[in-house]
Amino acid sequence: MTKRVGARRSTVALKALMAVSGLIMVGYLLLHMYGNLKVFSGQVAFDEYSHHLRTIGEPLLPESGLLWIIRVVLLAAIIAHVYSAVVLTVRDRKATRTGSGPRYKSKQNKRGFQRSYASFTLRWGGVIIFLFIIFHLLNLTTNDIAPGGASASPYERVLNTFGEWYMVLVYTIALLAVGFHLRHGVWAAGMTLGANTSVKARRNLNVLAYALSGIITIGFLIPPYAILFGWVG
Amino acid sequence: MKITVRVWRQANPSDEGKMVGYDLDDVSEHMSFLEMLDVLNERLTLEGEEPIAFDSDCREGICGMCGLVINGLAHGPERTTTCQLHMRSFKDGDVIDIEPWRSSSFPVVKDLVVDRGAFDRIIQAGGYISAPTGSAPEANNLPVPKENADHAFEAATCIGCGACVAACPNGSAMLFTAAKITHLGLLPQGQPERASRVLGMVEQHDHEGFGNCTNIGECTAACPKGIPLDTISRLNRDLLGALAKGKA
Repeated sequence: MTKRVGARRSTVALKALMAVSGLIMVGYLLLHMYGNLKVFSGQVAFDEYSHHLRTIGEPLLPESGLLWIIRVVLLAAIIAHVYSAVVLTVRDRKATRTGSGPRYKSKQNKRGFQRSYASFTLRWGGVIIFLFIIFHLLNLTTNDIAPGGASASPYERVLNTFGEWYMVLVYTIALLAVGFHLRHGVWAAGMTLGANTSVKARRNLNVLAYALSGIITIGFLIPPYAILFGWVG
Repeated sequence: MKITVRVWRQANPSDEGKMVGYDLDDVSEHMSFLEMLDVLNERLTLEGEEPIAFDSDCREGICGMCGLVINGLAHGPERTTTCQLHMRSFKDGDVIDIEPWRSSSFPVVKDLVVDRGAFDRIIQAGGYISAPTGSAPEANNLPVPKENADHAFEAATCIGCGACVAACPNGSAMLFTAAKITHLGLLPQGQPERASRVLGMVEQHDHEGFGNCTNIGECTAACPKGIPLDTISRLNRDLLGALAKGKA
């Protein structure tokens, strides 16, 4: 038994919070990926795009105004996403912990009937992605971690970073984690928000999850590999 | 055929419990899984040992009383109830692990018997319609689209066995709760209490300590009645709709 709470604070409501915050971040990822691909347009275009993000909306907004709005929304989304994940995970552990050792003593069928790798890795994959975001901000936003040399030009930061094979490896691992997370996460968000009400809707949701996961993973990995192989600049 | 079963033995709710192995030399492949346990229990009784406690009633797959986790799978490898599982699903020489449903909301009473009272309390929190008594109204006065009737009936076949909870990696009872929400929510008789039903049942589900749904689908895969996963999406939709309308 756990404390009685109203439906507003139920597991279903928390899941909805997780779904909406996750979808906000997916939307951001698509915009971010579009910006990254500008690296193929050369240094001037890329650095101008980066600068434009700071002046967009002026004079209605102050300098970097839109950027700060996006940052605040993203931070709120991350906090909501992590909060609901932690609360629900703790709850699930309690619900399945009965006595000592594993829930089922049998060593057979550890993956159940049909559990997927993407669903298995959702929670720890999320932790990996969270740590990667911190690393990524230190690397390309603040440039405190600058393998291949620091620079004031965003374009040069990107080229210096992905000139190093081990950085490409780090980003590849992180983006595979993102891909698996989105494969199950997008599907789960659709389920939670009530979109899966027929066989056809289920198929469409699965196709959408595979498509978003594939597009984002590949779209983000194109620039690092292109740079590593010397096809940029 | 010869098999070995490893069975969870637990004398009472406070006993720690452990897996105990038993060899069976003469098992017919035509036996049901529960008949195999009956034969073992007869032997244990003759040998002066305590027989293995397990639940069963109709033994024809419709009552929802039986339920064992066999080799880590709720109701074993076939999509059916434990009573309708036969020994021909196993091979000579197999070692078969038999455990009770595992959930902190389903405390073990003895051996393989668990207390599923939590399900009753979820139903009491809204899994019904408040129909006035009297003679039944003329059926044709209340048209129901065929598709809705089919979906409602599909959801209504839930026998409340609890396999969904046992199979769910989070120990969630969402499929059970959602089956009732879908069954009543798709029919005209269920409409007046649609919002209060979902609010009450989800609140009770959480209060009982069940986990949350992560949309993995193990419940549906284990369900002997094949209750589809979209019932859970309907429950989510009903709950969010009720909250949006300020019904909570």
